[in-house]
Amino acid sequence: MNRKALFITVAAVLAALFAGAVALYQNQQAEAAARAAAKNKESLVRFHSPSLGKADARVHIVEFLDPACETCGAFYPFVKKMMAEHPDDIRLSVRYAPFHQGSDEVVKALEAARKQGKYWEALEALFASQSTWVENHRPRVDLAWPVLARVGVDTDKARQEMQSPDIARFVSQDVADAKALDVTKTPGYFVNGRPLVSFGYDQLRELVNDELAATAAKRQ
Amino acid sequence: MTHQPPARDSHPTGSTGAPTDPTLWGLVFAAWLVAAVSSLGALFLGEVMGFAPCVLCWYQRIFMFPLVFVLAVGLFPLDIKVVRYAFPLAATGWLIAAYHVLLVAGIIPESATPCTQGVPCGQVQVAWFGFVTIPLLSAVSFAVINLILLSITLRNRP
Repeated sequence: MNRKALFITVAAVLAALFAGAVALYQNQQAEAAARAAAKNKESLVRFHSPSLGKADARVHIVEFLDPACETCGAFYPFVKKMMAEHPDDIRLSVRYAPFHQGSDEVVKALEAARKQGKYWEALEALFASQSTWVENHRPRVDLAWPVLARVGVDTDKARQEMQSPDIARFVSQDVADAKALDVTKTPGYFVNGRPLVSFGYDQLRELVNDELAATAAKRQ
Repeated sequence: MTHQPPARDSHPTGSTGAPTDPTLWGLVFAAWLVAAVSSLGALFLGEVMGFAPCVLCWYQRIFMFPLVFVLAVGLFPLDIKVVRYAFPLAATGWLIAAYHVLLVAGIIPESATPCTQGVPCGQVQVAWFGFVTIPLLSAVSFAVINLILLSITLRNRP
C-alpha cells in the first residue's frame, strides 16, 4: 500500500470510528433518558405547574425552561405556533430549570406575577426583552421588574409575594425534578413523557407529530 | 540550523531532495496519528459527552489541534522540517498538560490556577481505572508526540 492510500485509509477509519462512537453514545443516552423519564414519571407533571391548552389534550409537552436562556426564548414562539396549528390537541406545561446563576430570583418574580394572573404576558415579555435584564449571562431581577411592570404586574406586591415559602418550595421541587429527569440543558422537552434527546426545531416537531399520530391511531 | 547543509552528501535523499529513509515517514505518520486520535478524543469528550473543557483544557486543545494539520502537510511529500514547526506546539502543549496533571493531583494548590469562572481545572470529570484522567491522557499524548519528533531529529542527523 502506498503512503497516500495508507494515510487516507487511516483517516477514513478514524472518521468512521468517531461517527460510530457518536451514534452509539447518543443511542445509549437516548435509552437512558427514556428509562429515567419512565422511572420518574411522577416527577414529570406537578399540579402546581403553569399550563396552557386543554387539560385532556392528546399531546402534553412538558418544558423545563430558564427565563434567562436565549434558546428557551427562541423556542417558545415555535411551541406556541405548533399549539396554534393543533389547537385542541397540544397542552404545554412550564417547569423551571433555572441554571443561570440568579435565574431562580427571576423565576420567583414570574411566579409572583402568576398570582396576579399575568403569568403568560410576563413570561413572553421576559423572553422578548432578555437582553435588557440579562447582563453577561447574569440574570438580574432588579432589571426585570420594569419589564414586568410594563405588562401590568404590580411590582411592589410581587416583590413581597415572591418571598413566600410556597413559591420557594415549588421552585426547589422543579429543580429536584429536573435533576431526577436528567435535564441538564434548557429548554428540556418531554412529549407525552418521551424526552427530546437530539435537540432541534425539526426534532421537536417530529416528536410532537409522532405523538399526534400515535394518539390519533389509538383513538380510532 | 541557520544554513542549508549539502544534504545530499550527508544523508540519503531521493532525486527530489526528500529523505528516502522509510522509517522517517512512518514516524511523522505515527505522530500525526497520535495527534489525530487525541483531537478526536477531545472533541468526543467535549462535544458529544458534554464535558465542558476548563481553561487549561482549552489551551491544550489549542496546541493539539493544529498538530493534526501541520504534521499531515509534512507527510506529502515527506518534509522532515515539519519537526521544526510541530515541536513548539507539542512542547508547549506538554508543559500545559503537565501543569494540569499536577494541579489535578493536588501538587499545585488550587489557588494557583488561572481559572476564575466556568469549570474549575482541578475538578476531575473522568477517572478511568481510578487514575486515568483527561489531563493525564493529554500529557501522555503530548509526551509521545514529543518523543517521536525527537527520534526523527536524532535519526535524521547527518
